[in-house]
Amino acid sequence: MNNGINNDPGNGVDRRGFLRLAGLGGVIFASGLSGWAAAADSMGVAGAEDFFFVQLSDTHWGFEGDVNPDAKGTLQKAVATVNGLEQVPDFIVFTGDLTHTTDDPRERRQRLAQFRDIVAALKVKTVYYMPGEHDAALDNGKAYQEFFGKTHYTFDHKGVHFIVLDNVTDPAARIGDEQLAWLAADLKQQPADARIVVFTHRPLFDLYPQWDWATRDGAKAVELLMPYSNVTVFYGHIHQENHHMTGHIAHHSAKSLIFPLPAPGSQPKRTPLAWDAAHPYQGLGVRTVKPEPRPRNTEYTLNELAVGAAKS
Amino acid sequence: MSVNTNDKKVDAKRRLLLAGCAAGGLGVMAIAVAQPKDRVIKVTAKRFDFSPSVIPLKRGVPVILELTSLDIPMGFNAPDFGVRADMVPGKVAKLRFIPDKTGEFTFYCDIFCGSGHESMSGSLVVT
Ligand SMILES: [Cu+2]
Repeated sequence: MNNGINNDPGNGVDRRGFLRLAGLGGVIFASGLSGWAAAADSMGVAGAEDFFFVQLSDTHWGFEGDVNPDAKGTLQKAVATVNGLEQVPDFIVFTGDLTHTTDDPRERRQRLAQFRDIVAALKVKTVYYMPGEHDAALDNGKAYQEFFGKTHYTFDHKGVHFIVLDNVTDPAARIGDEQLAWLAADLKQQPADARIVVFTHRPLFDLYPQWDWATRDGAKAVELLMPYSNVTVFYGHIHQENHHMTGHIAHHSAKSLIFPLPAPGSQPKRTPLAWDAAHPYQGLGVRTVKPEPRPRNTEYTLNELAVGAAKS
Repeated sequence: MSVNTNDKKVDAKRRLLLAGCAAGGLGVMAIAVAQPKDRVIKVTAKRFDFSPSVIPLKRGVPVILELTSLDIPMGFNAPDFGVRADMVPGKVAKLRFIPDKTGEFTFYCDIFCGSGHESMSGSLVVT
């Protein structure tokens, strides 16, 4: 927690301040974590309304390569990190690419099974999953669904309506008309000021199509969400932090748990950033997300935790 | 179309006649005459490569890309020019556009095709 920046009891954090805070991308170490509860208290957050969840993304179980010499151990470290949080999250959400691509359907299932077994060690038992294109695009989500069920769904938690959208099981990166109709029908049941959080794997907007960082019909989903005053999107796929607004809708990406990728368009090819032995796990991490207390509940405070930053 | 010299005008008229004979329809004829200079470039895709991967183009000169895949369905997407097409084995997709700016622009495969898809891209070099 960036103490002194965001726990001003009078002002909370306005959007610009919030984005500036999130943009720091700071690695938040365990020593600061104990501040959460106190800060929430001083902000007058009603216990029942306040909650935390943790976003984990792009674990790519099965990946091997120099860019992460600890590819077989990073996911376990992330699990330990989350288990070590002083403030227990209400739930965990994995925003896709649980496993790394394989052409072999048997190997794909083996990786999904190993992933499931490793994350079973999470102390928080409410875990939401969604596929990434590496899990699901080559077999249209068949193997993924055997292990984790539906690829798009909704759930509600403490007054927030969560929508998990699938923009990856179609290898052409489409949400598809059927799912868009489903989304429209779901949104119709929500009041215009409902607190809505959307999880996707790919960005819904054209972040950098040249690197396939887009959703072909993502604009249609954004259009459906537009009439709602209180929408935030969390996604994965790009292996780094990024913040973007489409109108009043904020989109936040998560770091990955396998290797960081370069900033959009910052180099000719989208090759992963090299492992830095002097700073292991740099650019990899876990994100905790905390909604701002009412009436500022359109906003979320994001905290990045380095892999291995467990409670000391 | 813009034809400036008399010679070209004659040439165009002659072609107009020929196209008229061959097609026997005014609409088709007009199209045939309007695109006498289109360059045709064949592009093939296979996991996880485009060939050619560097395509030289001239600004303002229309080009037709003839796209096909040798193995599985892929996509050809050049976002800087707002064009894309599916590349399907056994079929040829024709993509016509006129590059309106110079520079080097990425095209990429936009249908996930396996481990290596991420590096499947090439460039349009427009001079
Ligand atoms: Cu491809």
